[in-house]
Formats: sequence, C-alpha cells, structure tokens
Amino acid sequence: MRLLRLALAFTAILAVTVPASAQDKSIIVASTTSTENSGLFKYLLPIFKEKTGIDVKVVALGTGQALDVGRRGDADVVFVHAKPLEEKFVADGEGVARYEVMYNDFVVIGPKSDPAKIAGSKDVLEAFKKIAAAKASFISRGDKSGTHVAELKYWKEADIDPETGKGSWYKEIGQGMGAALNTASSSNSYVLSDRGTWISFKNRGDLKIVVEGDKRLFNQYGVMLVNPVKHPNVKKELGQTFIDWLVSPEGQKAIANYKIDGEQLFFPNATGKPST
Amino acid sequence: MHDLSHAFSLALQLAASGDPGLWQIVGLSLQVTLSAVAISTLLGLPVGALLALGRFPGRNALIVIFNAAMGLPPVVVGLVVYLLLSRSGPLGEFGILFTPKAMVIAQSILVFPIVTALSRQVIEDLWAEYSEQLRSLGSNAAKSIGTLLWDGRFSLVTVVLAGFGRAAAEVGAIIIVGGNIDGFTRTMTTAIALETSKGDLALALGLGFVLLMIVVLVNGAAWIARRAGERLAGA
Amino acid sequence: MRAPTTSLPLVLDRVGFSAGGVEILHDLSLRIEPGAPTIILGPNGAGKSVLLRLCHGLLSPSGGSIRAGNVAVSTERTALVFQRPVMLRRSVLANVAYGIVGKHARGRASALLERVGLSHLARRPARKLSGGEQQRVALARAWGRNPEILFLDEPTASLDPAATRAVEDIVGEIAAQGVKIVMATHDLGQARRLAGDVAFLHKGRLLEHTPAATFFDAPRTPQAAAFLRGELLT
Repeated sequence: MRLLRLALAFTAILAVTVPASAQDKSIIVASTTSTENSGLFKYLLPIFKEKTGIDVKVVALGTGQALDVGRRGDADVVFVHAKPLEEKFVADGEGVARYEVMYNDFVVIGPKSDPAKIAGSKDVLEAFKKIAAAKASFISRGDKSGTHVAELKYWKEADIDPETGKGSWYKEIGQGMGAALNTASSSNSYVLSDRGTWISFKNRGDLKIVVEGDKRLFNQYGVMLVNPVKHPNVKKELGQTFIDWLVSPEGQKAIANYKIDGEQLFFPNATGKPST
Repeated sequence: MHDLSHAFSLALQLAASGDPGLWQIVGLSLQVTLSAVAISTLLGLPVGALLALGRFPGRNALIVIFNAAMGLPPVVVGLVVYLLLSRSGPLGEFGILFTPKAMVIAQSILVFPIVTALSRQVIEDLWAEYSEQLRSLGSNAAKSIGTLLWDGRFSLVTVVLAGFGRAAAEVGAIIIVGGNIDGFTRTMTTAIALETSKGDLALALGLGFVLLMIVVLVNGAAWIARRAGERLAGA
Repeated sequence: MRAPTTSLPLVLDRVGFSAGGVEILHDLSLRIEPGAPTIILGPNGAGKSVLLRLCHGLLSPSGGSIRAGNVAVSTERTALVFQRPVMLRRSVLANVAYGIVGKHARGRASALLERVGLSHLARRPARKLSGGEQQRVALARAWGRNPEILFLDEPTASLDPAATRAVEDIVGEIAAQGVKIVMATHDLGQARRLAGDVAFLHKGRLLEHTPAATFFDAPRTPQAAAFLRGELLT
C-alpha cells in the first residue's frame, strides 16, 4: 500500500511538473509536413538556436490546417507554401506580413510502368491530361495542403474536372504527403509531390519521377508572423527574430546548405522585404 | 517476413544504441502516459466505487455512459480538447495547447472512463460478496470502500493496466493536442506515425517494437509486483 | 469482565418479516434471557437465518418490534458468525483484526488466534484455509467484536466431526466468558450438547420455546416430535 501510494504520488507530481515550456524563450511555428518530413527543420533549428537561444517548436500540418492554427492564435509564426491562401491570410489581418523564403518544386511521381505514357515530359498540364484520358490511377492529398491546392490548380488549367474520376481513377485520401506517397507506392498510382519529401521518402517501391522541370511546378514558401493585435499571446519579438533570420543572408545560406545525398532540397529566394 | 525481421533487428539496435533522442521520446511517452493513468486512477477508482455502491437517480444511465465512453474515439477527444485549449477557445488563456500537459489532459479523458467502468464492475462484484459480512463487522461506508479497494487491488491493478494500454497505444488525440513537436511533444506513437508518413516503414516498425517492449516491461513489472503482493498479503 | 449486559433480555414482539412478497417470519414473539445458550432448531426454510439477521440488526422487521435490553439492536453490541463466513482477501491475522477498533487491534487479534488454536496460521492467506479453520477464524473475528450476544448460523453445517468438535469447544469457551450464545442448527446432537433452552421454528412460526430438557423429552407440538424423530424435513 505504501509503495502504491508512493507510485501514485510520484506520477501525480510528474503530471504537475511536466514542463509547460522547456524554456521561456520559445516560439511555436505552424508549418507543413513537407518542410518537417524533408528534415529541413532538424537541420535549420539548431543553427538558429545556437545564434539566438530561441527554441522553435514546429507543429507540422497541411498548409490549410497550419494557417488555421495561426488564425486561432495557437502559433506565433506560420511557414507554409500556398501563395493565394497566404495572401488572403495577410489580407484578412490574421498575419502581419508575408515574406518569401525559398522554393522547391513539385514533381509528378508515377509507376515505372507509366500507363499514361508521360515519363520524361516537361509539361505538367499535358501530363495531367494524359493521366485523365488513360484513367490512370491518381492519388490526391485532398487535405487543402499547399500541394493539394497546387494540384487542383493544374487540373483547372488543364481544363479537367477530376471530380468526374472520383470512385474510379481519382482517389482523394485526405492525408499528408507521406501517406499519399505510401498509398501511391502500394497501388502504383501517379501522385503530385514536393521534391523535398520525395527525396527523403524511403518507401518508393516502383515509383519514380515522371514529370519535372515545368516552370508551373515552382513551389514558393512564405513565412508570416501571426497578428499580435488579434492574439496578444503571440511572441512577436521572438517570432520576428525567426522570420528575420530566415530571410537574412545567413539563414538563406543555411537553407541552401541543406542537402540529402548531395542533392539540394530548397532554393532560397528571399528579398528580405515583405512581399505584399 | 523480411520487412518484419529487419524492423525487429532495427528495434534491438535502437534499444541498444542509447540514442538520447530515442530515450527522450521514450521518457516523454512514459511521463505522459503514466501521468494520465495516475490522474485517471485517482479519479476513476472513487467514482467507480461510488457507482458500485451508491444508489441514486441516474445511476444506471451513468453506468451506461461510462461503459460507452470506454470506446471514445481518440481523434474526437483530441479535437474537442484542441478546441478547448486553443487560444481562441474557452481555456486558451492557460496556453497549454501543444504542450505535454495538453496530451496528459487528452489521455486522461480517454483513460478515466476505462478505469471508472471496469473498477465499478470489480467493486460491485466484490461488494455483492462482502456487504453483509462487512456490515456485521461494524464497517461504515468509508471503511467499506477502503476495504473493497484494498481487497480488490489485484483485479484493480489489471484495470489500471488496461487504462495504461489504451494510453500507451494512443496516437490520434495526442498528435492533435501535442502537435508532435520534435524534442518537446513527440512520443513513441507520434514518432511512429511520422516515420510512417516519411515512408520509413522499417524505422516506424522498429519504434513500434521498442514501444511494445516497454509495454511488456511495465506489464511484467506489474505482474511481478502482483505475485509478490499476493504471496505476502494473501488473496 | 464487563459491565452488566444491556442487550439482554432480547425481546421479539409479534415480529414479521417478508421479502419480495414472501412472508418468511410470521407473528413471532420470543424472549431471549441471559444464561446458557439458546438453540434455534428447525428444518431448512424455517426462517432461522432471517431470525438471526433480524436480531443482529442486519435486517429490519416488516412488522412488530425487537428490543435489546435497554439499547437499540445493533451490530456493535452483537456479533454473527455466518454459515459460510466471508474471508477477506487478507491474512488470517488481518481478518481477525478487521472488526477490532483501536490501536491494539493486531495484538488482540493475535491473542484471539491463540485461543482458537490458529496462531501458526496467522500470516497465511485466510481464503487458503480449510472450512473448519475458516470457521474458527470467523469465531475469533466475531469474538474480537466483544459482543454481548454471539449469534451463530449453523456454524458446523458443512464440517467434519473433528472440526465440528473444535468449533463447539470454542463456542463453549466464549459462553464461559459470559457471552450469550444464540445458535441456529439442525444438528440434534449439537443441540443436546449445548442447549440451555430451545426455540423451535417451523415455516416462519415459533412453535415452542422451552428448556432443553423439556423440548427433547416432551415436545408439545406434533411438528417438534416429528422433527426429533427425523421425519420433518421442511
């Protein structure tokens, strides 16, 4: 009984002392699965902390969700990739200003057997048309992420309504990039991915890049401070310090230096000034 | 089969490596899970005893509700706790969203009904056997509840372990309210979810095996304690 | 030993008891005086167990009244050993100590175990004991309550002769301490050995209450006579 009481008391104390924040100098950044899964933050954040002593806690979600977390005031900084949504976020007064940070590109991934015969193409719209025409299996994120938003844009520009393919060749899974790639890998489907996630993705099976290099596949990342006027809890100095560092020459160099197997994942292109 | 054996050897390597990152994740998992189980036990046993012994209007409805709540969907609990703790929610001012505390709260909500419903059953069964004898020996309500909890302790340990199992295996709620922040709110289960999404199925499974080992260790420790206790106290 | 008992005489006045619409005891009046053990005799289903629970305060009568001397009927002043006593999931010693209030509970419990000859089993789990041993633990536990009246509900019903003898010896010793014994049984031999007076119950009614010698030698009712011949089964 005494032992039991001791154990109970001990765990109760643990519950009370679980650190609310490891340090006071910390911010929460709502970001996307693509940046988290690619390992970029694991590389960048220690460098940033070394310099400023600020702990950056990254919550990785789809772009839509990440913006929503910002809108609710649950993050200090939002770091995502869906320009129209980001601009709306700032226009609505949810974010203070949008800074462009870096880009990578989207690639169309498909099975080596390539049933839509698009491998080697540099025209993403043509490729999407062929996929639809061949009714070749296609996995869509379906989660309002930046990648999903881009994908829908390509369908629209290709003048195809993927809704008509629902239930047959077009499959919305409503999950993150990794889950979409896992699904594509196990069902030999086409899927749109950001290059960073693809490079660090390990369960490729028979998948390979089939379309790349189209200018339209350009994928811009932007970062915004959540509006401290709307949400007084936002740590504006610390958050702005992070944003300033990301767009500074030093931060830009760090982004360029992040490589997997010698391959650069993200290309810095900050102007250092708010974009809108 | 090859994938599984590969994952298993990876798990052994991970466990043997002493990788501080891994142990930090294991430590947080245990901390969150054990805290949630402790809170649920401290609340669930008295409520279970009250439901077992009390006779009041609405008792049957409460019993049904607690039994049903054992199957609460973690994602729904996670979402509700998220909305409550969000800065825009009613409890936003505490600023505990995306912290281990939020995860403890979410898991406590999942485990509390399990401890309550199962302990209610254990205590009610024991009470059916004990009630007349205890009254004859002059035991009042408070003493009787203490007696039932103590004499039912070995069954109640199993109840608590059931709660522990639920918490240790849970990912849906804590990934929403904790945010799966590297080095801060990343636990075994959210790390497994992350590695799966990165397509590193071997590492995900390896972590899964490590988690299993921990769960087995905790249950083994409880079993040994129970056997020793039975031998000493005699049940 | 103790101040003069106040729970005696135990007076039942036109007591009735029904449960779930079934009348178990009917218009039962009985006066239990201090002195030699009172034995409640009667076939199965006569209402003996219910009568003991009423007198002990575990049940309340549906009709009539029970007065215990000049105090209320209560489990504090009387004790009851059930036909199948519940052993708590604890050691033998802890079982006996359970009903004893105060600091020296364990010391007193040890002394009681000594008196019922179970000291050597004090640390054993009570539920692992034999039926006879468990019954002796229950006696020690009831004794520890310092009752003015000790009720026993067929305490030897499922015991072998040796265990029965051990229980009877302990009951005799408790009686010798000045505790009033009220015991239900359908074992005629046991009744002859222990009884001061006999109350004979049949189908929820008290048919006779006489000194033991009178009951065994000259039963007044045909039912009692049939019971003594072994012919009255219910």
